[in-house]
Amino acid sequence: MKYAPLNLGRWILWSATALLFLAAPQIFKGGFALTMLTQMGTLIIFALSYNMLLGQGGMLSFGHAVYSGLGAYVTVHVLNLIGKGTFYFPVPLLPLVGGVAGLIFGVLFGYVTTRRAGTTFALISLGVGEMVFACVLMFPGFFGGEAGVSTNRVVGKPFLGLTFGPAIQVYYLVALWCFLGMAAMFALTQTPLGRMANAVRDNPERAEFVGYNTQHVRFLQLVLSSFFAGVSGALSCINFEIVSAENVSAIRSGGVLLATFIGGVPFFFGPVLGAIVFIFFVVALSGFTKAWLLYLGVFFVLMVVYAPGGMASLILMQLPVLRAGRLRELAVPYALAALAALVALAGLIGLVEMVYRLSEQGASTVLTVLGMSFDAQSSPPWFVFAAVLAAGLALLRVTTRRVGERWGAIQADLLAKAAA
Amino acid sequence: MKNAVELQEVHKSFGTTKIIQGVSLDIRDGERHAIIGPNGAGKSTLFNLISGRYEVSAGRILLHGADITNLRPYAINRQGLSRSFQVTNIFHHMTVFENIRCGVLWSAGHRYSFWHRVGGLKDVQRRAEEVMERIGLARRRNVPAGTLTYAEQRALEIGVTIAGGASVILLDEPTSGMSRTETAHVVELVRSITQGKTLVMVEHDMGVVFGLADRISVLVYGEVLATGTPEEIRANPAVQEAYLGVLHKEAAHADGSHA
Amino acid sequence: MEFFLVQSLNGISYGLLLFMLSSGLTLVFSLMGVLNFAHASFYMLGAYLAFQVSSKIGFWPGLVIAPLLVGALGMLVERWGLRQVHRHGHVAELLFTFGLAYLLEEAVHLIWGRSAVEYRVPAELDGPLFQIMGSQYPIYRGFMMLVSVAMLVSIWLALTRTRVGLVIQAALTHPQTVEALGHNVPRVFMLVFGGGAALAGLAGVIGGNAFVTEPGMAAAVGPIIFVIVVVGGMGSLAGAFVASLLIGCMQTFAVSLDWSLGGISIAQAAPVLPYLLMVLLLIFRPKGLMGTREG
Repeated sequence: MKYAPLNLGRWILWSATALLFLAAPQIFKGGFALTMLTQMGTLIIFALSYNMLLGQGGMLSFGHAVYSGLGAYVTVHVLNLIGKGTFYFPVPLLPLVGGVAGLIFGVLFGYVTTRRAGTTFALISLGVGEMVFACVLMFPGFFGGEAGVSTNRVVGKPFLGLTFGPAIQVYYLVALWCFLGMAAMFALTQTPLGRMANAVRDNPERAEFVGYNTQHVRFLQLVLSSFFAGVSGALSCINFEIVSAENVSAIRSGGVLLATFIGGVPFFFGPVLGAIVFIFFVVALSGFTKAWLLYLGVFFVLMVVYAPGGMASLILMQLPVLRAGRLRELAVPYALAALAALVALAGLIGLVEMVYRLSEQGASTVLTVLGMSFDAQSSPPWFVFAAVLAAGLALLRVTTRRVGERWGAIQADLLAKAAA
Repeated sequence: MKNAVELQEVHKSFGTTKIIQGVSLDIRDGERHAIIGPNGAGKSTLFNLISGRYEVSAGRILLHGADITNLRPYAINRQGLSRSFQVTNIFHHMTVFENIRCGVLWSAGHRYSFWHRVGGLKDVQRRAEEVMERIGLARRRNVPAGTLTYAEQRALEIGVTIAGGASVILLDEPTSGMSRTETAHVVELVRSITQGKTLVMVEHDMGVVFGLADRISVLVYGEVLATGTPEEIRANPAVQEAYLGVLHKEAAHADGSHA
Repeated sequence: MEFFLVQSLNGISYGLLLFMLSSGLTLVFSLMGVLNFAHASFYMLGAYLAFQVSSKIGFWPGLVIAPLLVGALGMLVERWGLRQVHRHGHVAELLFTFGLAYLLEEAVHLIWGRSAVEYRVPAELDGPLFQIMGSQYPIYRGFMMLVSVAMLVSIWLALTRTRVGLVIQAALTHPQTVEALGHNVPRVFMLVFGGGAALAGLAGVIGGNAFVTEPGMAAAVGPIIFVIVVVGGMGSLAGAFVASLLIGCMQTFAVSLDWSLGGISIAQAAPVLPYLLMVLLLIFRPKGLMGTREG
């Protein structure tokens, strides 16, 4: 959250983002791309709201889907009431309904969950999430049981001529709310509450000694975060026209955690990047392989161990080097390391896919890739892929050491220049 | 003469271990009061009791006549008492300016507001700049606190403590780990920031104590051995016995030149 | 009356199983400050490995081999994963174990498929143990209680009577001092983490065939274990014991009783009950039943 010379930069960044949102469907044409973009927009708000807790407030939650999911459930019922003609409410303003619903549940559950901090808070959030999920099947009247509640977004009078039937209209609705949500959440970081949330994250004890009730700060941060989570839930409801137990599930909560983390928790735009990559993984990759969740898990664990600041941190780390004009010195080491990683990845993918071929009943045991076929029931392909994986890992070890040495040298130079 | 802080028969035990055993102490309004004593005497514990970090086992603590016994730290801070920590306790990821601003926010009345842009709060900005100037860290404004030097961090520690404009300031070993010049610098800083305020200070450096304090209390094994002016304390036979001339030696060093 | 007795025994045997799981979790948390999100995944692995071993060799070898394998995996995880993440702080450690839980579940999906596997109680342990007023109490439940108690007693003995145990106890509160005294604290950590994993694996071996062995079992029992740890008080073994028995009995009775309130039967509400208990406790007694440490 930097100041001073970036003010012009900030205007440029925000304008560029707005333009990108506007132009995206033109750049990435087609129905499939539009689906992905809309889902990305929804997840961006959700992930940003999640980072209000984790990145801003230092609160790790395993149950954030509660607020987006309950917001979605309330929205779907309101939408159905609009459809029946019980009252009029413009569809594009429905995310506000979701937001308010999320907020109310934030107050309700937040009162209980923010009584503790740290690891205990994480476990409590998990417990509350499981509790709400268990309630879904207990109260089929409101939650629609296993099938969930479905709806139709093309109801009521068209708003300014828009029915929100076509996917492109839904995209622009999501994009608008996404942009507004981003701007609002960014503005919140610049308020007294936002600053004190950071303080509470860094040093909750000291925050108490400068006059702040840390529990109250965390409670308010959670309430505000649950508002935006509810907005995202409402958008999801409008997009998919169905809300079910999955919306409040631990899977959803885990998903937003993953997306936020791989993007980069310490940076405001980190979750934006993470949401984009996550949706890409989920939507695009799941078409190619059944093991996509496994790959996502491996990616996540590697990030936790080697790059806990996420992709945003990896990118931002390069900036000082770029500004000093020395990035090209890293080009070859980076390329070699990337190559080694690809080799290792090929080996891993081969092994994983072959295991899938074997364990799945009734599927063919032959793995076909790039025109070559490997029969999982025979031994040679196993040795081949295992060897490829081992070779890749060995190469990775060597090449990353090279990158580390080059990086260290550059950093030392930059430090010396700064001190001089 | 009113008392800024009053301790009435305060006891503190951790389990069966008695740390503070019946301390009664009056800190007069506007005075500079030092608390000295050997290691393990309970000086920091006393600070923690007054500032709300620990709960008392028995007794009462009054701030400007109001009972603050066992109140939460933020409640005590809001009533006008602020403390620093012996082990630097700042916001490491935030810049120097942001650190001080955190200390200002509550007293400036903005509380938990999420509808004000903090950059536009002129009163907050001005006060934070003022404090930053006083502690001499203005040129390190945008440096993350975690990367400051030790002495700079100690100065920031004091800065965050005084930022809220508290009338009673508790400083826990402000010069610990510092060189002669750094210590002299901090002494001047403490003198200037505590003009018109009440200061309670825990210190080991006798030169600092005798130079700054109006009155001194000697704490030994959780009990106050003696309270008085520096001269009275220096001449007190019980204190001499407890320290066996250490006070004389230290004071002599403070007067003479010492590398 | 007989219903009450039978269900109490069932509740206690389930509670003991839960305590086997929550005690391992609490020990690791107390020692290393990290809550192992993948603890229930080690439970799942124990069950699956026992299934694999018992279908090829037999149940009794499986009882020994499976926990050892899981323990070995735990040690590997600590040495090559957790230790690297340690310097990034507690949140990173928790996220690492969270990712690990994810990975282990996917690995199980990969190897054994998505549906339940036929991990059965061995023939020699299948059958009635004794009669209570006309109901028969199964041998296997008695076996479960026996194994649980034996394992917990031996752990208690190991911690309090052996040298390694004393080192562990000391390292619980003063790791640097213990290291300064010449003990290999990182190795101690590795052993404890592996031990916790093995304990979870053993619970899986004996629990997996009494209940169901499927990929969702970690996600089913995991949150319950966390609730137990929170309700009992983070870091308190005694609290975990009380909470385990409490919740074990609560779940067992809830599922078998015939009451209902407002159209919802207590059996339907059974999944929610542990979480309700946690919420109530948090409102009235945030430290937990016997809480000692702040989470």
